[in-house]
This record gives sequence, structure tokens and C-alpha cells, in this order.
Amino acid sequence: MSDTANHDHHDHPPHLAHHFDNPRQQFESGKLGMWVFLATEILMFGGLFCAYAVYRANNPDVFLYAHESLNTFWGTVNTVILLASSFTMAWGVRAAQLGQKQLLVTLLCLTLLGGTGFMIIKGIEYTEKWEDAKWVGTWNQYHPGFGQPEDEAPADFGAGVEPEAGVVPEDSPRVEDAEAEAAPGTIDTAPAASGFARPRLADDRVSMIRPAAAASAGVRPEVIEGDDIPTVRPGYPTREQMGPLDRDRTHIFYQIYYLMTGLHGIHVLIGMGLIGWIAVRAVFGHFGPAYYTPVDLVGLYWHLVDLIWIFLFPLLYLIH
Amino acid sequence: MSSIPNNVPTDVYGREVKRQPGDHYLNHGKGIKSWLLTLDHKRIGIMYMIVVLTAFLLGGIFALLLRTELISPGLTLGPVLGLNEDETFDFYNHMFTLHGAVMVFLFIIPAVPAILGNFVLPLMLGAKDVAFPRLNLLSWYFYMAGLVFFVWVLLSGVLSSAGLIPDSWGFGLDTGWTFYTPYSTDTNTAVTAAVMGAFILGFSSILTGVNFIASIHMLRAPGLTWFRLPLFLWALYATSIIQILATPVLAITLLLLIAERLLQVGIFDPALGGDPVLYQHFFWFYSHPAVYIMILPAFGIISEVIAAFSRKHIFGYKFIAFSSVAIALLGFIVWGHHMFVSGQSPVANAIFSLLTFSVAVPSAIKVFNWVTTMYKGAIRLDTPMLYAIGFLGMFLIGGLTGLFLGSLGTDVHLHDTYFVVAHFHFVMVGSMMFAFLAGMYFWWPKIFGKMYCEWAGRLGAVVVFIGFIATFYIQFVAGSQGMPRRYATYPDMFWTHHFVSTLGAYLLGLGLFWVLGTWIHSLVKGKAAPANPWGHNSLEWHTVSPPPHENFAVTPRGSDPYHFDDWHYDKDLDTYVLDLKEEKPAPASDAPHTPTTTG
Repeated sequence: MSDTANHDHHDHPPHLAHHFDNPRQQFESGKLGMWVFLATEILMFGGLFCAYAVYRANNPDVFLYAHESLNTFWGTVNTVILLASSFTMAWGVRAAQLGQKQLLVTLLCLTLLGGTGFMIIKGIEYTEKWEDAKWVGTWNQYHPGFGQPEDEAPADFGAGVEPEAGVVPEDSPRVEDAEAEAAPGTIDTAPAASGFARPRLADDRVSMIRPAAAASAGVRPEVIEGDDIPTVRPGYPTREQMGPLDRDRTHIFYQIYYLMTGLHGIHVLIGMGLIGWIAVRAVFGHFGPAYYTPVDLVGLYWHLVDLIWIFLFPLLYLIH
Repeated sequence: MSSIPNNVPTDVYGREVKRQPGDHYLNHGKGIKSWLLTLDHKRIGIMYMIVVLTAFLLGGIFALLLRTELISPGLTLGPVLGLNEDETFDFYNHMFTLHGAVMVFLFIIPAVPAILGNFVLPLMLGAKDVAFPRLNLLSWYFYMAGLVFFVWVLLSGVLSSAGLIPDSWGFGLDTGWTFYTPYSTDTNTAVTAAVMGAFILGFSSILTGVNFIASIHMLRAPGLTWFRLPLFLWALYATSIIQILATPVLAITLLLLIAERLLQVGIFDPALGGDPVLYQHFFWFYSHPAVYIMILPAFGIISEVIAAFSRKHIFGYKFIAFSSVAIALLGFIVWGHHMFVSGQSPVANAIFSLLTFSVAVPSAIKVFNWVTTMYKGAIRLDTPMLYAIGFLGMFLIGGLTGLFLGSLGTDVHLHDTYFVVAHFHFVMVGSMMFAFLAGMYFWWPKIFGKMYCEWAGRLGAVVVFIGFIATFYIQFVAGSQGMPRRYATYPDMFWTHHFVSTLGAYLLGLGLFWVLGTWIHSLVKGKAAPANPWGHNSLEWHTVSPPPHENFAVTPRGSDPYHFDDWHYDKDLDTYVLDLKEEKPAPASDAPHTPTTTG
């Protein structure tokens, strides 16, 4: 920092770093760097989109069934909010270019407000899911380790279970059995025949209601009612119609949902931090027609955050 | 001119440079703070040099421990350290994992771009700095943060055996550097910390790539057109493309692995409906292009060194430049050859095999061009050139054995044997490390303004070469006879192979310490370097050594970097000096260093 600080500014504008020839070159460099960085962001999400594609292809019923529990109303509201904040951001860049300081500060605050609103709604949605025990890992009611004491569930998964798939001790009722009775003709009751030899847990998952003792011991959410997502659309699988493997893997949808929206949420938070920083600088009058690069670059970032949500929303909430 | 004593620095015209305190980058600021907060790409390059070479030393120590364990069949090093059989095997697993992880993530990937690239790139462009100096410093701090995580992984073994941290936090690392699932999600070692470290190092890599691309696009000196860029810059450009396109995929893969370990999300764990082969696809989608992050900058260095020490214009400039970009792009579509035996479909195997062969074409173009450049050249066998010639041999062997592994039938036989180990050590150590050392010696006078001892440098090159061949060549034989990789013990029939290999490793280690010795000797006792000891024409040689804080007194004009006719050798000064085409500038009297422009 000291290296540029002691460089005198006798022959160029104050915002021009000493290693650039002119403001235009500096602006173009910043823009190029930002676009290249945004390309890396898209590729990072690309891994998740790829995982989404693989697991949707492998478990079509799971995705159809589980996505019904997402709150499309709040998702839509959030999409509108984010689009609106993208608009105020773009307008803000224009205001900075024209040197309209007051307008710029207002628009940046509105954008910040949009980001805040988005995160609050995301929080509401996450809370809903938490209360329904539709969370990640063993906190998800569909996870095979759900309801087990925390220190046993993840690491010792597979301990205390039958050595052989398809062989169930008489005294350990399973979800499949309970549901097989409910709809005997519609489900695949032979997991062994599918060649999938995952050990099964013998626990209290019949009703998905956690015992009170376990509830008081840990922080896991409690399921008050049954686990079924109300299925209204014709042609959708009900829980009874899904194969036993699909029923056990319903948690995969939620994990992909949380990974994608969670990573996106982190980006929203980072974007809000950047916008806050820009807003403070705008208050001090740092930007004008001669220099608005940071506003422009943060704007690009915010549009990317918006763009990713535009892909996430239909993939997770809408497609059926 | 020739009356100047031999140990004063000279400028491009061979005139004495009177240096004042504070007029070059090494003494421009004083104190530790002026280094840790510097925005000067040259200082950041030096800081990278210190930490990356430290990581190299660390990885090298692990390598020697591995080879020592393998010097004889059965348990060798373990009992000496007081370990029983199981503990010895654990120890071996930890050592080879850390050797691989440290060497790959902390040394091979960053070495050339971060050390030499950072130092040389703006100088070659005729620029004052990289496009984003603050980002550049930030990427160094990201590197340090990643290093801290790896050191934690190392320490955790010691701390947990001393009872200072609970075992459940994980200790050591035994997954192999690839962190393959499902083992990496189950093992009770510090996988999360190591993966976090690799994730952060990835950020460092991405930021460097962004910086280089913006710099090459925006900061070229007047007259420095794209096809006048030195080939090292083309190589760094191609490398940066890979860094920014592949590294984010590794980042998300590693995040998913962490999520898998901490939250049991079931992306990779088959017991939870995940797919462990998906991890391999993700991992190699990054890590195969990463192989070219390691080798492409090496190609760039070799292009510079071979042209400079053959005194001939590089042959087929555009072919070399475009082959770098071609390798970068082809590198993205060959990852499946790491997975021939993972159960992917035969059609995919065949396609990946075919695509893998296609990488041989641009690689061969480069080799032919280098050899043709040397043909009828006035070759000087200085230290950088010795390493470059060593590189040609290594890369030829490493590249051609790659074809055995890219072919489906032979790969099934050779998969996970020492043949693979030998192959990638030839490419990554033989080629990349030799090019790195060539580059270090080549730019050493420019970086530190001191010459190194030539005979000592040459001796080091020969010892390293012999040590390397002894270590790894015989591993091809062992591998083709069926010696599997990653084993701590082996049948007696492989004793000779391993014994020779281990002795070679000791010799290689000795040679590398000798190399370090020549560098330290140069810093302490080396004579002052002239502006251009090799007569190379790219722009970094048009300023004094070491360069001033702002690189050039006057912005230089770019010209053909491989046009050597304007430089002639001055016997008295033992350096190349620039012929004065126009009128002779007045001798330097008051100016600390004179403008160094050229047409």
C-alpha cells in the first residue's frame, strides 16, 4: 500500500493507479478482470448444476415428489425482489455515471434493502423446512440416520443394523412395511432384488414422529404431523407410490436444494457487503462521471447473483 | 567501456550503473512491513519464492521418508521409529498422501506462475505492475492461509498423539492427494482441514489467473503486439485460462466433500444414494487440466531458454503459441482417461482414449520446434540450457509413456502400478521441475542482480539429472512387472528396483540441496549482474538488474523478443550489450540509471 501511496499524482487523475496509462485503460482492465472472475463463479455453480442434473436423472420421482414441499409463493416473491434490486443497481450505475450523488445513494440503499428482503424470506423458508425436519443430513426426516443420537448417526451409520439387505428382524418395523400395508400393490417391496445392499436401520421411522426423549436430548427438529407432502397435481408420485429406495433418498433433493440456495445465499451476503461499502463511498462523494468503476463492477457481481437465482428458481421450485 | 571492473552492474549498453540506495525494488522500502504490505509484483514474487520453496522442501522430506521405507522389503523405517506393523503402514499412508498433496497443491501448481510469472510477466510486458496489484498481494495471503491448513494437518498428528486435541478432530491425512470418496468421507483423518486448504489455494490460483489475463490484455507496452509476446507469456496466458475455468470446479467439488463429511449430504456416499464416481468425474475435470497448469508454464520457460542459448530465432513461433492454447483446451476433454477402470462405459473409455492421444499432437509440435531451434544454433551449455536439454529428454520419456496409459488395453495392465508413478514423475518432476530450475537460473541475475557460480550450477544440473533418472526410470520396469503403487512393502523380486530407486532419490535430494547452495552462495558472494547476461531480447532484459521499483525508467517499446542481432557479446564484460543504432546517448553521469529504450 505504501508503494502507491507515496507516488505523486502530479500528472494524472487521483483515482488512476500509477501502473496504468490512462483512466480508460484502468476501467477496461477492471471490467475484464471482473468478467473473468464472474466466469469462474458460473463454473463453480456449474458443478452444482451438474450434480443436480445427475441426481435428477437418477432419482426422477424423488425430485418430483420432494420439490412440492418448497414454498413457490415465497420463491416467486424473492424472484421479484431480486429482479427489482438488479434494476435499482443498474440504475445506480447510471446515476454514478451522471454524477447524481443523492440518487446513487438512494438506489444503493434500495438495492441493499432488496438483498435484505431476499435473505429474510430465505430465512423464513429455511425455518419452515427446519420445523418440518426437512433439513440436511441426519436432520432430514427422510435420511436413514434420522432420529438417532447425533454422535451415532453419521459415523456409525450401518452399525446396529441387519447384516443383509431385505432381511428384517421381526421386532423392527420399517417404513416400507408400514407403507406396504397401506398400498400393497403399488410398491417395490424387494430392495434386495434391486442389488442395492444398503443396510437398513431399525428405528422409529414408521410415523416419523420422534420420541420425546430423543427430542429433549438433541437439537433435532421435531415432527409433529406425518411426513407426507400434500400431493395435488395429477400424475405426481405419492409417497406410497414411490419405490422404497426413492423414499429413503428423498433427503437428496433437500441437500441439493440447500447446497445450491445456500451457496447462492452466501453470494447474496457478500454482494450486500460490497453494496454497503459502495454506498458508504458514494456518501463521501467518491464517484462521478470520471470514476465509477467500483459501482460498475459491484453491479456486475449483483447481476450475476440475480442471474444464478433466475436459474435456481425454476429448477428447484417450478419444474415438474 | 571495457575499463569497467568486473563486479559493478552495467546497463544494456554496457555502461556502469551507479546505484543509489532505494533505487531498485529490493532496497526501495525497508523493514518487514514494506514486504508484507507491498504491492510490487517483484516483491510478491520473492515472497512466493520463499514459501513455495519451503513447501518443496517439506514435500521432498516426505519423499525421502517414503523411499527410505521402501529401500528393502518388509518394514524398514517403521521399526526404527518404534512403530509396529499397523503403525508403519499408517505412517507410510500419511507420508505418501502428504508428499503428494503438498507437492501438487503447494509446489508444482503455483511454482512457475506464482514465482517466475509474478516476477517476470509485467517486466516482459513492459508494464509497471500487474493489472491488480492488491489482488496479487491477496492471492499471496490466500496461499499462506492454504499453507496454514496443511501445516495444521501435519501438526494434528503430533498433537493428537500427545493428547492435546481429541482424536475425533482428525489427525494426519491418509487418503492420497486425490481425496477419493467414499474413503475420504469415512476416514478419521483431517480430510476436512486439508480439503479446506486446497480450496483456499484454489482461490489463490484463480486470482493469479485473473490478474495475468487482464495484464496481458491491457498492459502490453506500445509495439508489443500479440505475436510479439514472448512465448513464456503465451504459456502463462494458456495456463491462466485453465486456472480460471477448471479451478472453480475443484472448489465446488471440495465444498461438496466437506458438506458430505460434516452433514452427510449423500452426494458422493453410495450408502446415501450418492455416486462416488461423480466425485472422480468432478475431481479429474479439474485435476487433469491442472496437469497442464503444471506443465504449460514449463513449456514457456523452455522456449525462452532454448532460443536464448541457441542464439537463433525460435522456430515456428505461432505454432508454439497456438499449441499452448490447444493443449489448454484439449486438456478439458480428456479427464476420463483417469477412470478407465472405474466402470464407466466402454464407449466413453474409447472416446476418452482417442481424445487423450490428440494432446500428443500439440505437445509434439512444441518438441519438434525446440529441437529445430537448436539445429545449427550457436549453443551455449550454461546451466539453464543444461536443464532445458534435460527437460527435453524427460518430457519425451514422460510424454511417450503417457501413450501407454492412454491406450485402453495397456492401461488396464499398468493401472495403479509404478509405471504410472514413473510416468507422472517424469512429466511433473522431470519436466516441470527441470523447467522451473532452468527458469530460476535463467532469471536469477535479473531477480537478484547477482550472477551465480557457473560451474557449480552446471554440476548441480548433472547431479540432479542423474539422480532423477536413477530414481524414476527403473520404476517403469517395476511397474510393468506388476509392482503396485501406494504399498509400503513388496515381494523380494522388486528389491533391486526399489533399492536403486531409493539411492537415486538420495542423490536427487543431494543435487537439489547443492542447487540451493549455489543460490545462497550467489546471494552472498555473487558478482554483480549486467542488464542482459544472455543476450535475450524480451523486454525484461532491457532494464538494469535488479529492476528499479517501477521496472523501467522509460516505458520501453515492444519488438520481436527472439531477434538477437542488436546484441553483441562483450568479452571484457562477459555479457551481451546493445548495439547503438542511432547516436550514442551521453554517458551516464548524474542519472542513477539511464533510459533503456530500444527500437
